Amino acid sequence: MNHAADLPIWATLLIALFLLIGAGLTLVGSFGLYHLRSFYDRIHAPTLGTSWGTAGIAIASVIYFSVVESQLVLHQLLIGVFVMATTPVTLILLSRAALYRDRTENNRDVPPLHPLRNLPQASELEQDSMATHKNAGEEQK
Amino acid sequence: MSATILFWAVTTAQIALGIAMVLALARMISGPRAQDRVLGLDTLYNNSMLLMLVFGIRTGNSLYFEISLIIGALGFVATVALAKFLMRGEVIE
Repeated sequence: MNHAADLPIWATLLIALFLLIGAGLTLVGSFGLYHLRSFYDRIHAPTLGTSWGTAGIAIASVIYFSVVESQLVLHQLLIGVFVMATTPVTLILLSRAALYRDRTENNRDVPPLHPLRNLPQASELEQDSMATHKNAGEEQK
Repeated sequence: MSATILFWAVTTAQIALGIAMVLALARMISGPRAQDRVLGLDTLYNNSMLLMLVFGIRTGNSLYFEISLIIGALGFVATVALAKFLMRGEVIE
């Protein structure tokens, strides 16, 4: 709070707005991570914090340091770009690992790898159509 | 006036991020399976990174920016390595 008294009022209001947006969205995302029921619900919640949570706090930091040093400081946007580029990679890897673990344990809550192979109607229909084809071929002979 | 507004905004943001870190820590401790714990750790890394950025606004020191960049990079590598471990059973094949 060294240079805070020198700040103009519009910069202060913008910094406060972006800080509260970012911190509030991060809090909502972490509450969703704690509160939701299954893992596949939970993996969506922290992305609130990594998208607009990070962007809001990075933009507030950019405005603060640009006004205090009276030149354009864009270092903090680097963090935002980095987080937005790496979060989908990590979460896709993590959800694929979780899906693999659930499938190897034959968990009923996740869809199977080959959905049509386990349905009795589909296989019976296929056998019926093959049988009719075979019958038709024999009749032609 | 502007110092008061900024002080209360920064304090509220720090409290919110602290509660968010406690919630992520609770999920990391009580998560029923390993992937829940990894997800809680990833969220904890991200929240601590944001808290370091807010500390940088509070003190006016740009050193906190580098701390939060290092935390973000380490969190990415840690989560990728743990997800690979959950998938394969080993990190480097």
